[in-house]
Amino acid sequence: MSEYILETKDLGISFGGLKAAQNVDIKIRKRQIYGLIGPNGAGKTTIFNLLTCVYKPTTGTFYLDGQEMKGLTPDKINQRGIARTFQNIRLFNNMTVVRNVMVGLQHRPEYKCSVFESIFRLPRHFKVEKAMREKAKELLRIFDLEQERNALACNLPYGKQRKLEIARALATDPKLLLLDEPAAGMNPHETEDLARTIRKIRDEFDMTILLIEHDMSFVSGLCDEVTVLNFGTILAQGDTKTALADPEVIKAYIGG
Amino acid sequence: MTLKKLKLRHYLNYMVIGTVTAVLAGMVLTGYKFDNSLLFLLEKIAISIILAVSLSLVVGFLGELSLGHAGFMCVGAYLGGKIAALLVPTLGNGPLTFLIALLAGGGAAAVCGIIIGIPALRLRGDYLAIVTLAFGEIVKSLFQNSSDETFGGSLGLNTPRYDKNYLFIFAFVLVLLTLMVVQNLMRSKHGRAITAIRDNEIAARATGTNVTKYKLLAFTLSAAFAGIAGVLYSYSNYTVQSMKFGYNYSIEILVMVVLGGMGSINGSIIAAALITFLNTKLATILTGDLAVLQNLFYALILIAIVIYNNAPALKGFRDKYNLSAFADKIRKSRNDPGHVKDDKAKWDVVPTKIEMNEILSVDLTPQDSSVTWEKGGPK
Repeated sequence: MSEYILETKDLGISFGGLKAAQNVDIKIRKRQIYGLIGPNGAGKTTIFNLLTCVYKPTTGTFYLDGQEMKGLTPDKINQRGIARTFQNIRLFNNMTVVRNVMVGLQHRPEYKCSVFESIFRLPRHFKVEKAMREKAKELLRIFDLEQERNALACNLPYGKQRKLEIARALATDPKLLLLDEPAAGMNPHETEDLARTIRKIRDEFDMTILLIEHDMSFVSGLCDEVTVLNFGTILAQGDTKTALADPEVIKAYIGG
Repeated sequence: MTLKKLKLRHYLNYMVIGTVTAVLAGMVLTGYKFDNSLLFLLEKIAISIILAVSLSLVVGFLGELSLGHAGFMCVGAYLGGKIAALLVPTLGNGPLTFLIALLAGGGAAAVCGIIIGIPALRLRGDYLAIVTLAFGEIVKSLFQNSSDETFGGSLGLNTPRYDKNYLFIFAFVLVLLTLMVVQNLMRSKHGRAITAIRDNEIAARATGTNVTKYKLLAFTLSAAFAGIAGVLYSYSNYTVQSMKFGYNYSIEILVMVVLGGMGSINGSIIAAALITFLNTKLATILTGDLAVLQNLFYALILIAIVIYNNAPALKGFRDKYNLSAFADKIRKSRNDPGHVKDDKAKWDVVPTKIEMNEILSVDLTPQDSSVTWEKGGPK
């Protein structure tokens, strides 16, 4: 166990000559809600892709709960405890809401069931399926989606699709949850509701959350600490209020 | 109550096929003699169903286009047929030989499935289709150019004759086995993982799905059943000729799957049976010079069905007269309030995409309302 749940050391990646991210050092404590902000193209989603092993870092490494995570595959990193949502929603559109969550659940060790057991319908198959369905319903209740559990995911309204994506990420039982612009496209009412849900997730699941967001009132109301990125490098870091008041940050955002 | 109903619906296709098989088998066992051409047709239908259901695992559920299904069948037919021919002198021409041939043919095809499955992990869409197509052609010409002693070369491989009266029973038992494996797999967590990969591979990876494992699983199982269908074919036809397993045959199987509706096992079964039946009937009706027309009729029927399924002008007609509408009517007349169909009608997609500018302009700088935010970064 380490003091920090996530620790990146000199993390960086370049695509050809373009340094999309460099010298990124982020330290996140357990149960923190941590914001990653910056103008468009600053490299925020790139950092997410590095942390979920979609990209391989060219420099540096990162640790989850003290263990080095560099060089895994996206599915392995998820099983080790980093779950994410996507900027453009990526649900399993042709599956029902409850099945979306069940896909998230099914890689947990407690729901293990071999292909053989499933094909020949051995008792474990039924036990596991039932347990997963119950657990999925429980998760959907938290996100106020229980009524819609049999609807197809693509037929949900936008705000609920976002929530479902978070529910699915949470179903994988992560230690760290990465949310990529969770409030994008939401109206103020939905945004408020989302902030409440995120706090609830932290409290109920003891979750650490790292989020990217453009909505500054959302960030300042929710995040304990932030890192501000610009052109792939860290511009400011630390307590949300102080970091946002930094003249460099304001300059980067507004220009000048 | 609903649970029981659900189960019944799930097992309906086994029950229908099982009953038909049992009745026909009962008639044969009590001494009734079927026409040989009918028996042959039944065997052909069974082979088609196995092929279509197994291909739907890859095309319908995994969402990858495979044009080499006849190639896997070819491997099964030749290897299963050869092994059966070798075993008949020692083990006799009984169920045991058949079983060993099935295992060998299915196993060999499964190995080929793994070999094709590995590039399939890196290739997508059209590129994978080309690789599988090439695989089918390579397998075909390999067997075609084999020496006369091994696989018969261009003359074809002679396989043991099995009592025609009973072969179709084995064929339909194999259909039931295929159905059981594919259907049970798809209705489990593993099936969900496979459909998740089809729907969104990146999201499937991000939720911990081992894409490599499931793609290989789908390819291997699909190939194994194609191999089993091949062994059946070799038993049914007495001789295996590589010409049969060309590109056209792969397309024919694909058509069955597409016609039945991607991802619908029952649809594949019905389409497979129908197309096989039509093919056989046309082949007997159109003889001599008219034989050329066979392909034309076949194509016309396909075009008609595709137009019927997709033409916007026919939408009203389709909605009025189709099976699921009919089933809905029955349900409604039963006035069953407990039944809520998990359908699309209940939820409309609400496009609440507010422009980024709107959200951003209300916060951070409330004192300075002249600041506007543009997509594409700070100015």
